[in-house]
Amino acid sequence: MAYSEKVIDHYENPRNVGGFDKNDTSVGTGMVGAPACGDVMRLQIKVNEQGIIEDAKFKTYGCGSAIASSSLVTEWVKGKTLDEAMTIKNSQIAEELELPPVKIHCSVLAEDAIKAAIADYRSKNGGVASETH
Amino acid sequence: MNRIVLPEQRPIYLDYQSTTPVDPLVVEAMLPYLTENFGNPASRSHSYGWSAEKAVERAREQVAAAIHADPREIVWTSGATEASNLAIKGAAHFYSGKGRHLITLRTEHKATLDTCRQLEREGFEVTYLEVQENGLVDLDVFRAALRPDTILASVLYVNNEIGVIQPMEEIGKMLREHKVLFHVDAVQALGKIPVDVEAIQADLMSLSAHKIYGPKGIGALYVRRKPRVRIEAQIHGGGHERGMRSGTLPTHQIVGMGAAAELAVQLMDSDSKRIRQLRDRLLVGITSQVEEVYINGDMEHRVPHNLNLSFAYVEGESLIMALKGIAVSSGSACTSASLEPSYVLRALGKSDELAHSSIRFGIGRYTTEEEIDATIALVAAKVGKLRELSPLWEMHLEGIDLNSVQWAAH
Ligand SMILES: Cc1ncc(COP(=O)(O)O)c(C=O)c1O
Repeated sequence: MAYSEKVIDHYENPRNVGGFDKNDTSVGTGMVGAPACGDVMRLQIKVNEQGIIEDAKFKTYGCGSAIASSSLVTEWVKGKTLDEAMTIKNSQIAEELELPPVKIHCSVLAEDAIKAAIADYRSKNGGVASETH
Repeated sequence: MNRIVLPEQRPIYLDYQSTTPVDPLVVEAMLPYLTENFGNPASRSHSYGWSAEKAVERAREQVAAAIHADPREIVWTSGATEASNLAIKGAAHFYSGKGRHLITLRTEHKATLDTCRQLEREGFEVTYLEVQENGLVDLDVFRAALRPDTILASVLYVNNEIGVIQPMEEIGKMLREHKVLFHVDAVQALGKIPVDVEAIQADLMSLSAHKIYGPKGIGALYVRRKPRVRIEAQIHGGGHERGMRSGTLPTHQIVGMGAAAELAVQLMDSDSKRIRQLRDRLLVGITSQVEEVYINGDMEHRVPHNLNLSFAYVEGESLIMALKGIAVSSGSACTSASLEPSYVLRALGKSDELAHSSIRFGIGRYTTEEEIDATIALVAAKVGKLRELSPLWEMHLEGIDLNSVQWAAH
């Protein structure tokens, strides 16, 4: 399996590894995937009073592309509003990381993780349904 | 001992069950048969042919001696894949009037399994026996699978993925009593443990040179003469090898296999002793630094040349990527679009996750203690790093049972 330089960079120097307290109301947690499928991503966002994602952390069990996809989206969501973060598409992730066709599912999972984290945050904070879904 | 020096920056080679370098002594023996002694061993009319034939017959004696057979029982093939095809298809076709049932194990090499699949397409019936959790076949299960129309059973002596040694003497005795032919894939056994066709009552045995520090592209099939075992040829041509396998004999390859087999038997005790120390060092080194490591396959009935470990809570492909400083094989074949977990580990009842995160460490003649120590350090560091990244590891540390989690499967 040949990986792009960007995948290798994120894999070797993953950004924003870790987590926040998932019971904190300013935190949204998204966990997607399954061990038997070979990848599990946990993405967490910390949202400030202005509704802006001020920090993000991840942990991923998965191949190099899955690790890179989740590492990349933690960088991308930071500084975005929830609505802006909702617009991140898996195709953008795949393009940025030059993922081969067999690894597209890693970018899909990363997109799902963002959406799940935002949905979790929203349900904790008054249950405002996602407008773009 | 002759050493093969690899350039420093190459990964540490720990994939000796996949293939081995050719021993310099073997290369030396082969070279004259590429240049001055280039004759065709089938040429009966001049000295070029005679000297090639002499070399082929000497190699035949060397290979026969390595398995306690008669030289007339050795048929040269292009490798063990061809030998197993010839043995299984050849015997099945020849004896199909007697019966059309075969027995083998689920954990066999593909050379056997795919050959059996082909025979099924031709109308034969094949029983693929389950193995126990430790990789060994249960003799009662084996006996129960025998039928009046069973003509052949094929068993892998030493498993290429997990190194376990099947109880061959007991199987051979049982098959002889039932008058069922016994084909043995001894590719991973030769040079690692004593192989004796009489002791295990084998009727057919596949061998390969490139796993015993000989060249690739040459192997042999042992075909018993007393009592005589018949096989139908699969390749037709000039009637070489007493009609069982036509094609001009590759003298230099054959000389290489002969020399490699002789050397393998000579060095077996000293190699195995040293390799066992290295294997123990590797196992202790890894397990003392890394938790949640599982050994795949029985540790007692096993060649020391193989250590197969699963690292829980890390994913297989990322593990292989992390271990690029060492050349090892993994339990997941990431050759195709989907990651297929090893069918051998699945047959042992391992979960997909543990099958995926398995690493086969193959230790061989040229492995050094420094290489083992470097491997231990690398594995400990990289598994640690991947676990830092793994949400599953975190959950494990928090005491969460991962089987109780509702996963959002996709
Ligand atoms: C157990 C076993 N049988 C058969 C083979 C096939 O041997 P060859 O490469 O000589 O065709 C191998 C090697 O891949 C093996 O390990």
